[in-house]
Amino acid sequence: MSETLLNLVPKAEAAQSMRDFKSDQEVRWCPGCGDYAVLAAVQGFMPELGLAKENIVFVSGIGCSSRFPYYMNTYGMHSIHGRAPAIATGLATSRRDLSVWVVTGDGDALSIGGNHLIHALRRNVNLKILLFNNRIYGLTKGQYSPTSELGKITKSTPMGSLDAPFNPVSLAIGAEASFVARTVDSDRKHLTEVLRQAADHPGTALVEIYQNCNIFNDGAFEVLQDKDQVKEAVIRLEHGWPIRFGTDNDKGVIRDPATGDLKVVQVTPDNEHTILVHDAHTPSPATAFALSRLADPDTLHQTPIGVFHSVERPVYDTLMAEQLGSAIERYGKADLRQLLTGNDSWTVVG
Amino acid sequence: MKSETGTSTRTRPGEPGKEVRRLDRVIIRFAGDSGDGMQLTGDRFTSETASFGNDLSTLPNFPAEIRAPAGTLPGVSSFQLHFADHDILTPGDAPNVLVAMNPAALNANIGDVPRGGEVIVNTDEFAKRTMAKAGYAMSPLEDGSLDGYRVHPVPLTTLTIEALKDFGLSRKEAERAKNMFALGLLSWMYHRPTEGTETFLRHKFAEKPQIAEANVAAFRAGWNFGETTEDFAVSYEVAPATKAFPTGTYRNISGNLALSYGLIAASRQADLPLYLGSYPITPASDILHELSRHKNFGVRTFQAEDEIAGIGAALGAAFGGSLAVTTTSGPGVALKSETIGLAVSLELPLLIVGIQRGGPSTGLPTKTEQADLLQAMYGRNGEAPVPVVAPQTPADCFDAAIEAARIALTYRTPVFLLSDGYLANGSEPWRIPDVDELPDLRVHFATGPNHELADGTEVFWPYKRDPQTLARPWAVPGTPGLEHRIGGIEKQDGTGNISYDPANHDLMVRTRQAKVDGIAVPDVEVDDPDGARTLVLGWGSTYGPITAAVRRLRAAGRPIAQAHLRHLNPFSKNLGEVLGRYEKVIVPEMNLGQLAILVRARYLVDARSHTQVNGMPFKAEQLASALKETIDE
Repeated sequence: MSETLLNLVPKAEAAQSMRDFKSDQEVRWCPGCGDYAVLAAVQGFMPELGLAKENIVFVSGIGCSSRFPYYMNTYGMHSIHGRAPAIATGLATSRRDLSVWVVTGDGDALSIGGNHLIHALRRNVNLKILLFNNRIYGLTKGQYSPTSELGKITKSTPMGSLDAPFNPVSLAIGAEASFVARTVDSDRKHLTEVLRQAADHPGTALVEIYQNCNIFNDGAFEVLQDKDQVKEAVIRLEHGWPIRFGTDNDKGVIRDPATGDLKVVQVTPDNEHTILVHDAHTPSPATAFALSRLADPDTLHQTPIGVFHSVERPVYDTLMAEQLGSAIERYGKADLRQLLTGNDSWTVVG
Repeated sequence: MKSETGTSTRTRPGEPGKEVRRLDRVIIRFAGDSGDGMQLTGDRFTSETASFGNDLSTLPNFPAEIRAPAGTLPGVSSFQLHFADHDILTPGDAPNVLVAMNPAALNANIGDVPRGGEVIVNTDEFAKRTMAKAGYAMSPLEDGSLDGYRVHPVPLTTLTIEALKDFGLSRKEAERAKNMFALGLLSWMYHRPTEGTETFLRHKFAEKPQIAEANVAAFRAGWNFGETTEDFAVSYEVAPATKAFPTGTYRNISGNLALSYGLIAASRQADLPLYLGSYPITPASDILHELSRHKNFGVRTFQAEDEIAGIGAALGAAFGGSLAVTTTSGPGVALKSETIGLAVSLELPLLIVGIQRGGPSTGLPTKTEQADLLQAMYGRNGEAPVPVVAPQTPADCFDAAIEAARIALTYRTPVFLLSDGYLANGSEPWRIPDVDELPDLRVHFATGPNHELADGTEVFWPYKRDPQTLARPWAVPGTPGLEHRIGGIEKQDGTGNISYDPANHDLMVRTRQAKVDGIAVPDVEVDDPDGARTLVLGWGSTYGPITAAVRRLRAAGRPIAQAHLRHLNPFSKNLGEVLGRYEKVIVPEMNLGQLAILVRARYLVDARSHTQVNGMPFKAEQLASALKETIDE
């Protein structure tokens, strides 16, 4: 990346540890919740960023994951349902010296707050959005969510849900996101690496984190964690590397010349050279979108994780700051007296 | 009562043939099709009048449609201007002069013109088809229906095209300058200065010099037409309102412009950057437009994806230490309600500017109303008190904005600034304040610990309050050692940590209410020179019509007291005592009696309502007779 906006955020004066980022509040997620793992990963990663922690802000909406800011010893706001991207936009665009993170869930970000999410993405405000996707409404005790699979049996859908789910990665790419990644709560190393790249990205970074709700949707991502199945189920995307997976790394992704779409093939010496090499930085979102469609929404087989798409394009807050600067060049320095007087005034003498 | 017609007569210098009459005030209404440029024409006449030194008040009135079907009644747009040699308070009840650019404009407006009034009609537009469109079976110019009016039939279109024949414009292009011809004619009739309009036109059409010169030529042709044609035998002088204006520098200003300037001034006085999060909505969008032009003042404007994001971004900026504002109208306020509640709970400064329009739902987007008072007061879940400040005239929007900012910053609370469509678009002369005399609004951000624990540890408590104001500290991100988390869940008193404790919730609800109840606001002033028994109580934009009505009543020998509220929440401390002084209290409002409900509930006073919800401001004469009935009862 040629531009890193992290330079605008003051650095920590002393070395930090994970402990520095733990608040004094008791963590109140259900025992066994995937949110604990994500919290630990974020707290563990923050010292690596080396930013002054008073310049870090976590903003959340409503839902289980949105309690996250209370547990971070940074500035934070637990706002209202779905609105965190909007609130964070106001903060980030007015304070470029802050590192602003949004914590949201599948209901918060994709249902009630869907509009704010897509507009934050298209504007490319300098926000890091962590979307905890557990494919269920947890805090309201178990209704289906906008990422639940079709036919999901829940309290509100005893005969099965009727609506097709969103694929958050596809949605983000469609909303002009400049950085889109997916990771899994149970893979701390992978999660941390994705956070690292997201933090470094100038503009909005959307990180979908598959997160297990062990109370209302336990095992939703088991196939991605199960030792026996993981190699068949997970496609790890790494920039510059051929996209291969499978027990013996025997499967690969190629572009189907007939349709232009992507498909999974058995790798052979004959076709090995045709295996797609992952390019996260290619300006076109087309291949990233195609990759996001490889996973089976029901079984989650062939689920790519990693950075799908990471491109540089103008950042809203940078453009806004530049306009403020050029306005002074164009209109001169602020002069309230002159502004109030205008060009059409007259004087009354006593 | 002052007369509306001539007080002296003379001839114009250099024009021995033409009589000049002197008037103390005039009400002119320009009316035409939405595309005829009536708002621009009115604005220009207003500018000429302002620079001449008359007192003035304006009432633009236009349809919500950008271009309603041409020539139809719903497509009529008008601009009324009242100007005088003395101080005036309203745009006037009934026009003395109507300029009707087409049959629809005549039909829609003639009912408001008293018999004897002057009517200038563009006869070129009175063809059979256009008259039928406007609902005329026969020509009103010929069927005697205008008998009793002083009608000036002028072929405005033909004369304009004729005047511009050497400009090489198409007929259509030339025709478009007919509003400037009309403006020139009226400028002659009322002895208005013309340089300002010529400069304006050359500036406006700087990229199209040919069009600029054509408009100037049409404007001059209109002037010359008045001077030469025999149909216009009389012109009128309205002397500058020298006594109405204390010494100072003045300009003409609309409510939305004054409000925008007030916000910029407040930001400067608070030494905080201004942040506007907004979504376009009539009649508030002009504030977004205006503030967007002043980025050199460090003003950030964010056009959000919806109303909710507009206020959300503003609240985020407030958390970061900006003077944060969101602007909207009734339907937008409804959408913002949940975030306003969050701001109440977070106790952060935030201005919610509501430019009221006719409701419910989409209602009447371009018409005025005061029916969002109770929404501003109570339109949230839970006990969520929000201070409410209301401007009373267009120019007063400047001071009201500064006052709203003062309360928000001092008490760390969202504040409603409730204007309306009439104030927003109407204009009047404004005595420009000395910027050195604006109030100091500087705030102190928290910089260190504010509490000592039992073990002697120094800590920062985000909800430890100032004992005087009950305001909590404003600790902005970037301040080392004050890292804290706030949210919409109930907070423990002091620490701000999540708390579901029943007694704590009771305390916090009562404390938030006490904070708003305890806001220092000036006493309400009562104007009662004659020791009246009836008090008229108003708020917001009814100030002009109420004051004009009160003047009429007093001039007719009927004592009446008047009080007008700037602060709707909290009320001034002396309001109860003031209301108790009078036998009768009457509250005129452009709603079904919302302030009346509040004062009745709060003070157990038998306040009665006089209400009007027709999308227009009260007319002084009608209001005076309603008040008279109450007095005489």
